Amino acid sequence: MLHIVNKSPLERNAVDSCLRLATKGSAVLLIEDAVYAATKGTAASAKVQAAMANLKIYALAPDMEARGVAGRVMEGVNLVDYSGFVDLVAEHKNCQSWL
Amino acid sequence: MSDVTGGIDMDDETEGVVKKFMFLNRKAPYGTIYALEALEVVLISAAFDQDVSLAFVDDGVYQIVKGQHTKGIDQKNFSPTYRALEGYDIEKLYVEKESLEARGLTEEDLLVDVQVVDSAAMANLMAEQDVVISF
Repeated sequence: MLHIVNKSPLERNAVDSCLRLATKGSAVLLIEDAVYAATKGTAASAKVQAAMANLKIYALAPDMEARGVAGRVMEGVNLVDYSGFVDLVAEHKNCQSWL
Repeated sequence: MSDVTGGIDMDDETEGVVKKFMFLNRKAPYGTIYALEALEVVLISAAFDQDVSLAFVDDGVYQIVKGQHTKGIDQKNFSPTYRALEGYDIEKLYVEKESLEARGLTEEDLLVDVQVVDSAAMANLMAEQDVVISF
């Protein structure tokens, strides 16, 4: 399963819920305001870091660059571009969006 | 008739009254339209010679983070506009310290000169306004 999240972890609980309910081995793609969850030093960082033990975390690079946080990406997060986004969707049997 | 009001007649009671307006920004840029809309309204307010201040709280602090490059998402990068506010005599920009810290940010990460204030000081600033408009 590919989980796609687009809400800031510090404003909504979508990232939290996704990390709680995604099963081991799943992929999580952070896009739009959810890319803040891929940055280090935030109140949400520890939770995302811990989730990497069971989940593969991706973040959409153009969304990080737009927000000026590309230089703050957390170690272990895989950055993808739009074609990488398409590849992730194609590689996984199904996707779930956390709106 | 008055040039300032664009030809709209204002009675004696309202003419020349300066109120304290605060625009409260609590949303990250680009994911929603709030940040850009707030900026539009702030620029409009500058035309009315009011006592305007901007507050950045919660994810609103992300609006003024340095180094925004929006080419990849095909949206207008409106962040340079915050630096232009000074030219409209809008110089009171307040950022809540606790919001910065929760996001691993410092004043050096911001693209415009601001006053970083703690929650108690921000609360007082809000309380002393005549009008608070939230985005």
